Amino acid sequence: MPVVMDAYQKLLEQARQAVAEKGESGKAVIQVGSATCENAAGAREVLQEFRKHIAASGRSDIAVRQTGCTGRCSREPIVNVMLPGRLPVKYDRVDRDAVHEIFTKHVMGGEPVAERILDAHRHAPPRIEAMFCAGIRCGRAQHLDFAGLFRQLLAEAGVQGEAVNVIEANCFGLCRTQEMGNATHLLLRPSNVIYRITCEADVRDIVNVHIKGGKVVERLLTTENAPIGKRFFQLYGDVPFFNRQSRIALRNSGIIDPESILEYLTYSGFEAMAMVLDRNDRQWVIDEVTRSKLRGRGGAGYPTGSKWKLGANAAGPVKYIICNADEGDPGAYMDRSMLEGDPFSVLEGMVIGAFAIGASRGFLYIRAEYPMAIKRIELAITQMRKYGLLGENILGSGFSFDLEIRLGAGAFVCGEETALINSIEGNRGQPEIRPPYPTDAGLWGKPTVINNVETFANVPVVIIYGAEWFSSIGTEKSGGTKVFSLTGKVAHTGLVEVPMGTTLREVVFGIGGGVSGGKALKAVQTGGPAGGVLPAEWIDTIVDFDTLMKAGSIMGSGGMIVMDEDDCMVDIARFYMTFSQDESCGKCTPCREGCTRMVEILDRITTGLGTMEDLGKLERLGKMIKKASLCGLGRAAPNPVLSTLLHFRKEYEAHVLEKRCPSNRCKALAKGAAAPAAH
Amino acid sequence: MLSEEERKEIEAECALYEHRRPATSEALKIVQRHRGWVSDEAVKDVAEILGASADEVESVATFYTLIFRQKVGRHVILICDSVSCYIMGYETLKEHLGRVLGIELGQTTSDGRFTLLPNACLGVCEQAPAMMIDEDVHGHLTPEKIPDILSRYA
Repeated sequence: MPVVMDAYQKLLEQARQAVAEKGESGKAVIQVGSATCENAAGAREVLQEFRKHIAASGRSDIAVRQTGCTGRCSREPIVNVMLPGRLPVKYDRVDRDAVHEIFTKHVMGGEPVAERILDAHRHAPPRIEAMFCAGIRCGRAQHLDFAGLFRQLLAEAGVQGEAVNVIEANCFGLCRTQEMGNATHLLLRPSNVIYRITCEADVRDIVNVHIKGGKVVERLLTTENAPIGKRFFQLYGDVPFFNRQSRIALRNSGIIDPESILEYLTYSGFEAMAMVLDRNDRQWVIDEVTRSKLRGRGGAGYPTGSKWKLGANAAGPVKYIICNADEGDPGAYMDRSMLEGDPFSVLEGMVIGAFAIGASRGFLYIRAEYPMAIKRIELAITQMRKYGLLGENILGSGFSFDLEIRLGAGAFVCGEETALINSIEGNRGQPEIRPPYPTDAGLWGKPTVINNVETFANVPVVIIYGAEWFSSIGTEKSGGTKVFSLTGKVAHTGLVEVPMGTTLREVVFGIGGGVSGGKALKAVQTGGPAGGVLPAEWIDTIVDFDTLMKAGSIMGSGGMIVMDEDDCMVDIARFYMTFSQDESCGKCTPCREGCTRMVEILDRITTGLGTMEDLGKLERLGKMIKKASLCGLGRAAPNPVLSTLLHFRKEYEAHVLEKRCPSNRCKALAKGAAAPAAH
Repeated sequence: MLSEEERKEIEAECALYEHRRPATSEALKIVQRHRGWVSDEAVKDVAEILGASADEVESVATFYTLIFRQKVGRHVILICDSVSCYIMGYETLKEHLGRVLGIELGQTTSDGRFTLLPNACLGVCEQAPAMMIDEDVHGHLTPEKIPDILSRYA
C-alpha cells in the first residue's frame, strides 16, 4: 500500500522540519533528566536554575531539553552538557551550586568541571573517545586485538593518553548485516562516525588520518544504517555503567524528549508501524514476532508470537488488546521508566499488536501510583490522535484502532491478567480460573491479548531490524534483552539492560559495581514476591527465563535486589510472605489462609519461638499453596520461603536452635534482648 | 448528594462503554478527587447513577487501597514498605515519621493536615527508602530530611 508509506514519509518530513526549526543543532545543549526519580532528586529545580542562567546570559545559542531517565538512578539528577564538536559531558547529583559552576565554567567558558563529572573519577574528558565494540561477534575478530593495536599505534604516534580515551563497549548492534566475526566496529566521538575494521592497515589509517589529521577515513565508514545503539553510545558510551549494557527496549530512554511525537518520529518512530500497515499482512507480523523469540517480559515468559497467533485465530469480530502497566512487583520499576522516558515506543508496539490480532480497541492499564507516567502516556495518545496515528484509518491504511487509559487503585493482584480484566470491567480485581484464557474469552468475554510494557517496547525493533537480528541477541530460547531494576546493597543502583544469558555476576559486579560499602554479597533476589533468592555462590548463573527457574527463582518482571551480609534471609522471606498475605485478594482458601499461616510461623521463628517442626511445616504448606492456589500470585507466593529454605537452611536453624540471628537483623534475637518466652 | 459536576464527570465515563458498570472504580475516584474521600452516602449515590446495588459498589470501593472510605487529611503520605525500602531503612523512617506527626500508619493528624498510609511499592526502588506525598515522590530519605519536606505541605 504505497498510500501508507507516502503518509508516513510526509509525516517524517514534517517532523524533521519541525525538529530542525527548533534549531538545537549548532547550539550548546543542556539536557536535564525528567522522570519521577529525577524529579524526586531535584531535577525540576535544576532545570529552572539553568533557564534562569541562560536568560541572564542573554545568549540565544544555548538550549535546554528534557528527556526521561537513563537509569543511572543513584546519581540523579543527571545533566548532560553538549557543546558543538565536543564530547558530551554528564554531571551527577547536580544541585543549585553545581548548576552555577557548570554554567559559568563549562557552558560559557568551555572548560568542563572535572570534579563533578559522572563516574569519571575526577578526570577531565579527553579530546576524542574511541569505543571498540566488544560484542560477541565483533569480539571474535579481536584475536587481532584491534583495541590493543590502536593503543600501541597512538603511543608510537606520540598522541597523549589523556587526549584519546580507548574504551571497550558492549555490542552496538551493527552485526545484523555483517559476516560473523571477521570485523570489529569502532565508534569515534565526538565526530560520531563508525568504522569497520578488518586489518592492521585499517587501524593505522584511523590513527594517522582521523586522530592525527582530523579527517574522516571514508573507505572504512560503515555503510549500514545507524545501529540501534548508536545514539545511546554517542551520549553515554564513556560511562562504564552504560557501555556494558545493550539498550534495545530502553533505546530512546534518556535520549529523546518523551513529550514530543515529532522528535520520536525522527528516531525511527512509527517506522515499524508504517512497515506493518504498508505490508498489510497479519501473518507476516506474527511470524516475525514468533521467529524473533520474543517472550513476555511481564514475568511468565510466554512466547509473544504464540500469544498473538492465539488472539488472531480466536473467533469473533470484536477483539481487544491490553497493555499491562500495573507494575507492582516490589523492587521493580523498569516499566515506569519506559513509560516516562519513551512512551511512544510502547504505544507503537501496541498498535502493531492490535493489527496482528485484529483488535480495534485497546486499553492501557496503569497503576495510580505513577502520576508522571500517566501524564506522559495521556500526552502521547493525544499527539498520536492528532497526527492520525491512532483512530480511524491509520495512515490511510484502512486499519482503525484507538485506546484508552484505565487506572488502577492500589491492588497488586490486578497485575494478574484475569484480575486486570475484572478491574477494567469495573469489578473487584480478583483473578479467575483459567481456562478459558483471555485469548479465547477475555475482556467482556471477547478474545483479548495482554502484553507487558517492555514486551510492546521491543516489538518495533523486531519489525525494523528483523526477527533474525533480534533472535541473534540472547539465548537459544529467549531472544533480545531484559531490563532489570538493580537495587538494594549495590554500588550503582539503576536500570540495566543486558542480553538474555548474561551472568548475574556481570550485572551485579560488572555493571552494578559490586556490593556497596565493601560488604560481602550474600544473595540476589530476582522475580519479586513470586521469585526466589539465589545465594552468592550462584553468581555465575545466567539470566534467562529457564535457567532462573531451574535455580529455584524466576526472572519475573525484572526486579533484582542485592543483599549483603547484614540482611537476614529468614527476615527477607518473612517480608515477602507478609507482602503476599497483604496482597492476597482472599478469593481462594490456599492463598488466603496458607499465606497467613506461613507468616505466623515465620513470625515465630524470627522472634525465637520457632521449632524444627516449623521448618517442615513451612515446606509442606508452601508446596500445598503452590499446587492449590487459583492464580499466579498464590502459586508463586511461597517461592521466597522455599528458596531460602533450600539455600539458607542454616540461617533458619540458627534462629530455631540457637535463638540467634546470624545477621543481627531480627530485633527480638539481638544480643541483650529479653529471652523469648515460650507460650 | 453528588454535585452536578461530579455527576457530569461520571456520566462522561459511563459513555465510554456499552454498560455502566465498568465506570465503577472511575466514578469512585471522581468522587474522591472532589471530596478527598468516599462516604457511605457517596457510595449509595454512585450506585444509583450506575444502576448497581450499593453493595456492589462497596465491594469495589473496599477492594482498592487507594480508594479511601474514611476521611483523610489534606495531604496523603504513602510510605513505601516494599523490599528495597525495607532493606534500606524503612523501619527507622516509619518510626521517625510517626513520631514527628504523632500518628501511626492509617491515622490522620489532629489538625487534618496529613494521613499516613503504607504502600506496597512506589516504583522508585533506586532511591529507597521513599515516600510519596500527594503526587510528589521523595527519595533517599533520612530522618534529617523529613522536617523540610513536610514543611512544603500546608
